[in-house]
Amino acid sequence: MNKVILLFKHEFIQAIKKPGYIILTLAIPVLALITIGVVQLFSSLFEPAADELTRVGYVDQVGIFNEYTDLGFIQFIPFVTEDDAIASLLENKINEFILIPPDYYTTVSVQRYTMSREFETPVGKRYAIDNFLTRNILKDKVPPEVIENVLSPLNISVIRLAENGLMADSQNNIGNIIIPGIYAFLLSMALLFGNNSLISGLGEEKESRLIEVLTSSVSVSQMLIGKVLALGAAGLLQVLLWLVSGPLILDLASLTFGGLLANIQIPPNFIFFGVIYFVLGYLLFAVLAVMIGGIVSTAADGHNLSMFYIMAGYIPLWTFGAFISFPEHPIWIMLTIFPITAPTQTMLRLGVSDIPTWQLTASLGVLILSIAIGQFLSVKIFRTFMLMYGKRPRVREIFKALRSS
Amino acid sequence: MAVVEVKNLYKSYADVLAVADMTFSVEKGEILGLIGPNGAGKSSAIKMILDFMKPDAGTVKIFNQPMNELFKDRIGYLPEERGLYKRLTAIELILYLASLKGMDRKVAEERANVLLDRVGMLENKHKKNKEMSKGMGQLIQFIVTVVHEPDLIILDEPFTGLDPIRTESVQAIISDLRGQGKAVILSTHQMNKVEELCDDVLMINKGHTVLYGDIPASRAKFRKHSVRIYSNSQWSDLKGVVETKSHNGFVELMLEPEVSSQQILDQLREQGVDINRFEVTTPSLNEIFLELAGGTS
Repeated sequence: MNKVILLFKHEFIQAIKKPGYIILTLAIPVLALITIGVVQLFSSLFEPAADELTRVGYVDQVGIFNEYTDLGFIQFIPFVTEDDAIASLLENKINEFILIPPDYYTTVSVQRYTMSREFETPVGKRYAIDNFLTRNILKDKVPPEVIENVLSPLNISVIRLAENGLMADSQNNIGNIIIPGIYAFLLSMALLFGNNSLISGLGEEKESRLIEVLTSSVSVSQMLIGKVLALGAAGLLQVLLWLVSGPLILDLASLTFGGLLANIQIPPNFIFFGVIYFVLGYLLFAVLAVMIGGIVSTAADGHNLSMFYIMAGYIPLWTFGAFISFPEHPIWIMLTIFPITAPTQTMLRLGVSDIPTWQLTASLGVLILSIAIGQFLSVKIFRTFMLMYGKRPRVREIFKALRSS
Repeated sequence: MAVVEVKNLYKSYADVLAVADMTFSVEKGEILGLIGPNGAGKSSAIKMILDFMKPDAGTVKIFNQPMNELFKDRIGYLPEERGLYKRLTAIELILYLASLKGMDRKVAEERANVLLDRVGMLENKHKKNKEMSKGMGQLIQFIVTVVHEPDLIILDEPFTGLDPIRTESVQAIISDLRGQGKAVILSTHQMNKVEELCDDVLMINKGHTVLYGDIPASRAKFRKHSVRIYSNSQWSDLKGVVETKSHNGFVELMLEPEVSSQQILDQLREQGVDINRFEVTTPSLNEIFLELAGGTS
């Protein structure tokens, strides 16, 4: 046991000192902060400052648009003719103008004249023009509160009921998927990093024959347990650092992205299952990496071979769009139970719907069973092929060796 | 009690026979030279002794028992092809691997410093392994192998890539370990090193043992009826000489069975030949190997 602790300590320190680990650990929060910074920068560059007044001229060919001309940051200035408006625009007395044609009631269409290069009317200006036109059309026809109501966007709140007719614990909300989605992505990254680190380490030790020196001091099982636990701890540390930096980033992000983040909810049991699936997912990928590390001669060969199950592990992220559109499709149940996709898929599903107990039980059971079988086979495969250099054994040879051991 | 006892060991890979009917033992304070050309089966034998792989037949006993995990702390192994953790310093690597052998850190550091000093590497102990030359790296691995003062030391080609001064240092340490009662298996294809260091020799070729035993006795067994004369002078025909072979620096005379080397020396004196050196031919291990392996090597 003492030797496992020594191996664990050595491998853990080596893992967290690797440049790849440090970069990946810092990259996620740094990239998030950069994104927030860039969005804020663009907002400040392209949105008018609060105290900056935009003067919008208008030529009213209907003859009713003469009130509500001051919306605070936008002021509407009337012109009798289109030529007058153009002349003012060229003299920079106004920033732009709109022409309200005589048939506006039937076409609901205006022309906007501007000297700026833009693909479409900015949202803020579209809202201001719509506001100006609507208020003038409805004035004297309906009470002011009705006008305010018409101008307010429709707000539909959805209440999801459980099968007992009461409000379900988890309510439908796009904010619900944000935390599970980010966690599923980070989980996949951590699994990929752990897998690659293990294959690289074993490959280098095989190439340099250090594996022979190690196994002349410790048993193969001790060596593999020490390595797997150390990289698991390094992965867990990474995820914890991301989670700790999460609230700070969310606070900053809500200043930038506004209302959407106010709706974020952490699904019930999410943290519990998040940790369970991280640990089990990590162990599964680790035993697969040990098998690969046992049969390949070089780290590069190992990385190529591991791509098959790494890519499979990313299926829930690739199919995320389809999952959001059809969250009740049976394919997601299969991916929840299939061990390689189970950690990521389950995390995503927790954000969208309740997962029946039998599915969670099946998912965890299959995952644990796969790890146990994988651990048993990986030690045997590693012990058998760790001294085979320069040539990868064929599948037939692996089965033969497993039978004979 | 033998530290290592190998009996009737067999191992083959597919259709290739790697080790056939190998039997030997190594006692405390004894160095066994395991010699043979590349691919002779030396490394396979070592891997079976260390239980890295199972033999097809035969038994291996370490400390009078089958190999088990508890013995690993009492064994030091230097593999033929060597590598180091590149990002560690020399002393970090030594201390880490010594800790896996159950050594106290302080004791390990003291011993490591003594050994590093003996091989002239003390000033490089904080150097990262990736900054070291191949020879320096090899010395670090040699120290890793012996720092915990194991009872059984297995060295696979320990001198490859070392300069003569460092070879001498490593040889001296190996001799000292024998003096401390350690059993050493020295696998090499450098037969002169075996002659210099070892007590016994196990010569193998294509997996088969071609010679096993005490080195002086083995050499005496293969002694030919001939003499070697190192001289710059010329001499006329000598009685009792069947054949004369000229080599670089000496002449070897093959003698008739009833003629003694003393009679040849007397004839040379009578002719007034100035002799630098005169010796009864005793074959080197290399010559014995060539004779035994013959056309099969």
